[in-house]
Amino acid sequence: METPLLSVKSLTIGIRRPKGSDTIIVDDLSFDIQQGERFGIVGESGSGKSLTLRAIADLLPKGVKVLSGSILYNGAELVGMPTAQRRKLMGPEIAMIFQEPMTALNPVIRVGDQIAEGPRRYLGLSKKAAMELAIEMMAKTGIPDPARRARAYPHELSGGLRQRIMIAMALSCGPKLLLCDEPTTALDVTVQHQVLKVLEELCDDSGAALAFVTHDLAVVNQTCSDLAVMYAGHIIEAGRVKDVFSDPRHPYTKGLLDSAPDFDQPDRDLVPIPGFPPNLAARTAGCAFAPRCAFAVDACTVAIPPTLEVAPGHKAACIESERIFEGILA
Amino acid sequence: MTTPTAALVAYKQKRRLTRSRSIKPWYRNGSLMAGIIIVGLLVLVAVLAPVLAPYNPITQNLEDAIQSPSPAHWLGTDQFGRDVLSRLIWGAQVDLRVGFLAVFIPFVIGSTLGAIAGYFGGWLDTILMRIVDTFFAFPFYVMVIVLVFVFGSGESSIYIAIATVSWVSYARIVRGEVLIAKKQDYVVAARLGGMSHARILVRHIGPNVLSQAIIYAMSDIVMDIMAIVTLGYLGLGIAPPTAEWGSMINDGQQFITTQWQLATIPGLVVVVTSLGLSWLGDGLSDLLSPERRK
Amino acid sequence: MLHRLRFIPGRLVQSIPVAIGVTIIVFFMARLLPGNPALALLGQHATKASVAALSKQLGLDQPLWQQYLIFLGRLFQGNLGTSITYQMPVTQELAQAIPVTLSLLGLALLLSLVISIPLAALAAFRPGGARDLGVRGFTLLGQGMPQFWLGIMLILLLAVGVRAFPVGGYGETAGDHFYYLFLPALTLGITMCPTIIRSLRSSMINVLESEYVGTAKSKGSYGAALFRGHVLRNAAIPTVSVIGVNLGFLVGGSLVIEKVFALPGLGSMMINAIFTRDFPTIQGVTLFVAFFVVVVGILTDVVYTILDPRVDLSSKERA
Repeated sequence: METPLLSVKSLTIGIRRPKGSDTIIVDDLSFDIQQGERFGIVGESGSGKSLTLRAIADLLPKGVKVLSGSILYNGAELVGMPTAQRRKLMGPEIAMIFQEPMTALNPVIRVGDQIAEGPRRYLGLSKKAAMELAIEMMAKTGIPDPARRARAYPHELSGGLRQRIMIAMALSCGPKLLLCDEPTTALDVTVQHQVLKVLEELCDDSGAALAFVTHDLAVVNQTCSDLAVMYAGHIIEAGRVKDVFSDPRHPYTKGLLDSAPDFDQPDRDLVPIPGFPPNLAARTAGCAFAPRCAFAVDACTVAIPPTLEVAPGHKAACIESERIFEGILA
Repeated sequence: MTTPTAALVAYKQKRRLTRSRSIKPWYRNGSLMAGIIIVGLLVLVAVLAPVLAPYNPITQNLEDAIQSPSPAHWLGTDQFGRDVLSRLIWGAQVDLRVGFLAVFIPFVIGSTLGAIAGYFGGWLDTILMRIVDTFFAFPFYVMVIVLVFVFGSGESSIYIAIATVSWVSYARIVRGEVLIAKKQDYVVAARLGGMSHARILVRHIGPNVLSQAIIYAMSDIVMDIMAIVTLGYLGLGIAPPTAEWGSMINDGQQFITTQWQLATIPGLVVVVTSLGLSWLGDGLSDLLSPERRK
Repeated sequence: MLHRLRFIPGRLVQSIPVAIGVTIIVFFMARLLPGNPALALLGQHATKASVAALSKQLGLDQPLWQQYLIFLGRLFQGNLGTSITYQMPVTQELAQAIPVTLSLLGLALLLSLVISIPLAALAAFRPGGARDLGVRGFTLLGQGMPQFWLGIMLILLLAVGVRAFPVGGYGETAGDHFYYLFLPALTLGITMCPTIIRSLRSSMINVLESEYVGTAKSKGSYGAALFRGHVLRNAAIPTVSVIGVNLGFLVGGSLVIEKVFALPGLGSMMINAIFTRDFPTIQGVTLFVAFFVVVVGILTDVVYTILDPRVDLSSKERA
């Protein structure tokens, strides 16, 4: 097997405290993304999915740090990489799309110039050539009248157009890995769909791999081939999208699927997951989901459950998985 | 150097900053304590000037003119043979007195007018704020210098001049605070409950708004001391031979090449004074900000 | 761009009441002086006949509002009276002094920005760090220094000590002027720094925390490129209005600084006029300075609008 494009190993992210114990937000996380793969990371807000993505992009908020573990991009270690080296990766190798295009675009710079910034730096293009490329990228994302829109400021565009600008900007240098942090959450449902399609098409064309963070299972289903479900800083289930969706092996994944509307079965009753996501500061021993889990047994609160391969390429971290899901199937 | 507008901006930024500060008891507040100690010492020196000053600050002694620091005259003497240390100590009395007193009239007038404009709004507000805008068109020093000229020299015209210029800052701050306060639910409720305007202003809006005006007053004192010192330097302030820091700097400037301490030391004293007052103001704003009390 | 500058005519109209207010205040200043205003305008050594003539010209026997209209009328004709000391029109005196003061102001603002921008950036990149505290100390000290005293200290260090700059004066040629202006402009610039640094620092901290800086980093924009491309301009926007508001302060300060460095600008003109009780000159300088501040206010709005494409002053009501 060839080396994966991105390999995250035992990544732990948290807030370093001078005395006492550090606050751990993402705990011992591991996953791989292959060339051209579309990998979804699903979880509730606070599950640590966005921080994982930001750690890859070196955009962790102040105070939050990678405490241990490694992030290998094409075999090169990103954790602790010097800025001078890192900046050469950001844009032509790794690019990122953010949740809220209004705040992610610089409000005082014309969108065309913002797209052209990367190509000018990395492809060594002249101002004019970079602008032509920017307009071409805008056209590819389906922005009508791109030459005129390139002269607009972000606040003059609609949310959907702004996110297309973000996509054009992220793909302008032909990255091999595109990090998407809930790129459609801030958009209307109809616009969401269009933007996702544009994103998929362009990734198909360029062969870029996708790391797609979202809380929306329907979006993962539409976009991704593989996924990891995160809860309280752990991956609790991972596998092929079709396997996990048809045969979830962790009660939390099951709960997520039951609580999300399904376009194929609009009449199905939605079942919310009881309780609230855990407080990271008051971490308990054992499975983090146990307090909300209908199937929890005493053993669940003793130790963090190990991740087990439940089927080829399908892993889950639940000691009761077999009992629960074999039982349901039976 | 503080100015009405600079102080206003600083004040606004300070307000924003205080929101995020953690709550500490007052005696654990570093800048407040530093401010209290420095300002307290200065006030003490000013009050005890007759006891502390080794020489008479005014009596000339031309034989001893322009002496370097020595055991007899720790900071040397000026061109009239007067002891610089004694003049500094007595100067504290003048400069601090004028600085503190000059704040009161504009504080009262500005806050009252600002509260009325903000509370009642409408044409009254429009007219008052246009007047405030007009006064803001005159830079602080220009106006103070011209007014001191118009009213004639002397301490009382300094008070009038400063009052004429600086009431506008209080009016702006208090008006802004009242505009915020009067939208608060408890004020609306009091009004619906039939409370009179005067009572609402005094009981409900006053305390909140006043604390902001007091915080501003601290930087205003610094500004007023600067103004007195500057006027003294220009020869427009407290008339000689009274000891005053600004005129001491002016006197010393001509000996800058030989006796540099004459102009330097009174300025340093001004710097320490304003540092103390700034810290005191910072500490007070920590203490008085309504965000803190919530 | 142009459509966003539509607010200018309205803004000009809005400043008319302020301009009128300024003339009223200046007009009444003469009336506050003890004795006959005509005497104040002519000086103590005027003859009875000339006082009588000016009294008639000013309409001192007429009601106050008519006197004010006469004053306004003369103002519109560009007549600010005659300097008592120099026996020449005040406008002519102003014409000589204004370039000096404006150059001083311009250079001071420039130096102030040259000092403030790196310091603010230093402080903002790690708030609460050692550099931030150092910069904070500098602003605290800068705030506490009387301007004229700082000027004297700079003379002591750089003109008397090192002899790098002249102690005072203005020189003859344009090159001279720059050389003579440098130290006073530095003084004035430093006293302006605390305000600018504080404003820039806090807006830079905001900008650095913003998502679009993250976007810029994800495009490989780090360090100096990030600062120039995405931080400075955004952070400059709020600071522009802070500078605009404080330019009046800079003008006031320049009056005092000119006195320290014996520069023949508006400040020296005014302070000399005060000592010679040359009221028309005082009036002229005061009027000019106040109008200058009003104009700067409008210019600030223009610059603000140009820098920030989101601002459209013509569409929203100004408080």
